[in-house]
Amino acid sequence: MDNYDNQTTFARDDDSVVVIIGSGAGGGTLANELAQKGIDAVVLEAGKLHTRGEFIADEWASFGQLAWLDNRTTSGTWRVARDFPNLPSWIAKAVGGSTVHWAGASLRFQPHEFRAASEYGDIPGANLLDWPIDYDDLAPYYDRAEDKMGVTRTNGIPGLPGNNNFKVMHAGATAIGYKNCHTGNMAINSVPRDGRASCVQRGFCFQGCTTGAKWSTLYTEIPRALATGHVELRPESQVASIEHDEQGRVHAVVYFDADGREQRQRARAVAVAGNSIETPRMLLNSATSRFPDGLANSSGQVGRNYMRHMTGSVYASFDEPVHMYRGTTMAGIVQDEAHHDPSRGFAGGYEIETVSLGLPFMAAFFDPGAWGRDFTEAMDQYAHMAGMWLVGEDMPQQRNRVTLNTDVKDAYGLPVPNVHYDDHPNDVAMRQHAFQQGTAIYEAAGANKAYRTPPYPSTHNLGTCRMSTRARDGVCNGYGQTHDIDNLFISDGSQFTTSAAENPTLTIVSLAIRQADYIARQMADGAI
Amino acid sequence: MLEQSMNRRRFLKASGSTLTGTLAMTSMPIAILAPSRAWALELQQLDAHQGEVLLTLTRHIFPHPTLEDAVYALVVKDLDAAASDPDVAETMRSGIAALDNRAGGDWLALDEEQQAMHVRAIAGSDLFKKVQSTAVVSLYNNEMAFRHFGYGGERGDAGYLSRGFNDLTWLPDLPASASGPVPGTNG
Repeated sequence: MDNYDNQTTFARDDDSVVVIIGSGAGGGTLANELAQKGIDAVVLEAGKLHTRGEFIADEWASFGQLAWLDNRTTSGTWRVARDFPNLPSWIAKAVGGSTVHWAGASLRFQPHEFRAASEYGDIPGANLLDWPIDYDDLAPYYDRAEDKMGVTRTNGIPGLPGNNNFKVMHAGATAIGYKNCHTGNMAINSVPRDGRASCVQRGFCFQGCTTGAKWSTLYTEIPRALATGHVELRPESQVASIEHDEQGRVHAVVYFDADGREQRQRARAVAVAGNSIETPRMLLNSATSRFPDGLANSSGQVGRNYMRHMTGSVYASFDEPVHMYRGTTMAGIVQDEAHHDPSRGFAGGYEIETVSLGLPFMAAFFDPGAWGRDFTEAMDQYAHMAGMWLVGEDMPQQRNRVTLNTDVKDAYGLPVPNVHYDDHPNDVAMRQHAFQQGTAIYEAAGANKAYRTPPYPSTHNLGTCRMSTRARDGVCNGYGQTHDIDNLFISDGSQFTTSAAENPTLTIVSLAIRQADYIARQMADGAI
Repeated sequence: MLEQSMNRRRFLKASGSTLTGTLAMTSMPIAILAPSRAWALELQQLDAHQGEVLLTLTRHIFPHPTLEDAVYALVVKDLDAAASDPDVAETMRSGIAALDNRAGGDWLALDEEQQAMHVRAIAGSDLFKKVQSTAVVSLYNNEMAFRHFGYGGERGDAGYLSRGFNDLTWLPDLPASASGPVPGTNG
């Protein structure tokens, strides 16, 4: 099994280390990439270490083990605020972050998605901006990330075998004329690779992969980083704030350890990768007289432009059994609607991916708050249901934002984050289109009835510290380096200037590899 | 539904602080799991009348005609445990008293349609919300429910690779270009 013992430890007053906050797709990858270059780093992870053998094939029990359940508040017109007012997102609090929980879909962004403002034009209410980097800047890093993660249908890796849920999707999708339908580009081993087994189709991707077939920083990047002797991992370390010196450069991170004791780790540089709710929360919680609006916030954009993707699900019932829960959760994809085609009545595109929930989570998420026969008659169809998740680009909006809720404090007395979200009319139009197309797929496969399920708590949290070319438009540059503070980096999906249609993890990993190269150059040049 | 309900009344009994019932055996997968046809639930906080009301109320909120009372009793069990909190106990005590009161003294004595009318009237009450939020977890998060609804639960832990992940035969097989090789086979 993987060795999680620290091969080295760093003193709290060692100011030569890079402090990385978070160990998921961004932080975990950055730690290993820096370690491989010989750069010392301390990883502060809020969650506990749960090794693969501890994962639980039980949805609610696993949720209690892995989910980020610290109190949060919500506002806005999104339905999540009504149904799950203290659970705006469904992400993990564990070593490995949400790469423990993710489904494995690894799609590159499309070139035009880096130029959303230019391509989509003026959309009222949308705070669109082109990324400061383009597809060609990221392409070599996509190559490296796909190889690192073992993405199917890249690097000669075969696709995963399709399960029952995908058979239904494929039959319907091809019947209505879709051409691009297959078992996806998945960071799940279809064949043994990189010391990890091939997938045995458990169907508990969301609950942590016990075989390690699914890529997670938990059993790839993190143990490899530790093995170099250049990285120290400190689980159960909840960061409260980041401190700066008289020159306005960050130089320490204050956190609470597993025993609730306040600690302070000196730092040469700090990389924040706490997912798009915690990352801006930390910056906002670090306000000082010099930075009264929080760190790296001269633009006022920290916490703003919160995106969570346009989502929704369609489930459908058939005469014959499907047993959608058998096998990989995200077992296949239709990509024919992923392009930008404003004739559909909205900007941007969406992906159609299979999804399945076990019976317990189907009850919880199918139609939250519902009761009576409409609900139970649908549940009675469980074994005969197929399911798909619709995921597309949502519009960045200034008022969709993470703020500090000073009325509600966490266990350490810190204000909890409030997440405000209103759908943009573009999101609503896209969801309507996606619901129609998803329903058409299932009807073409012979569905008796299709059900439209509202968005779950957000798994894709993006954009709250966005990249921009100009300092006044965003928080960080194309390398995730904040405009205001040279040695402070944003290393997770918070960097995203726009959401694109695709699942974000592959892009987060690619950006982290690229950022590691940049940090190493900056350190070598003495710039940070 | 009405006939089911009459049958249930015959099987479900309450006395002292115990709910007892008999499996109707309408769902064979559950019968296979059960050591015997009789089941009993000892209540710690609630009395038997309250237990029976809660079970029947749960049946109105999440009506599955062929799902055994024994599964609904798991919701009552969790509500009983929750009632160790005095505030929750009071919510249930006063809510059940109010339901009986508005039903002329004994809501359980009404026929199913009349019961349902009162359930609709209390939808949104603290009692209703407590039962609904408990039941949406408890009712669907147990092995008997998994068998009834056809979910594998932790049996999936070993993987479905050789146990039916792609056993659907009522649609065409996938073309190789859309799928991938099944490990351990030539396909």
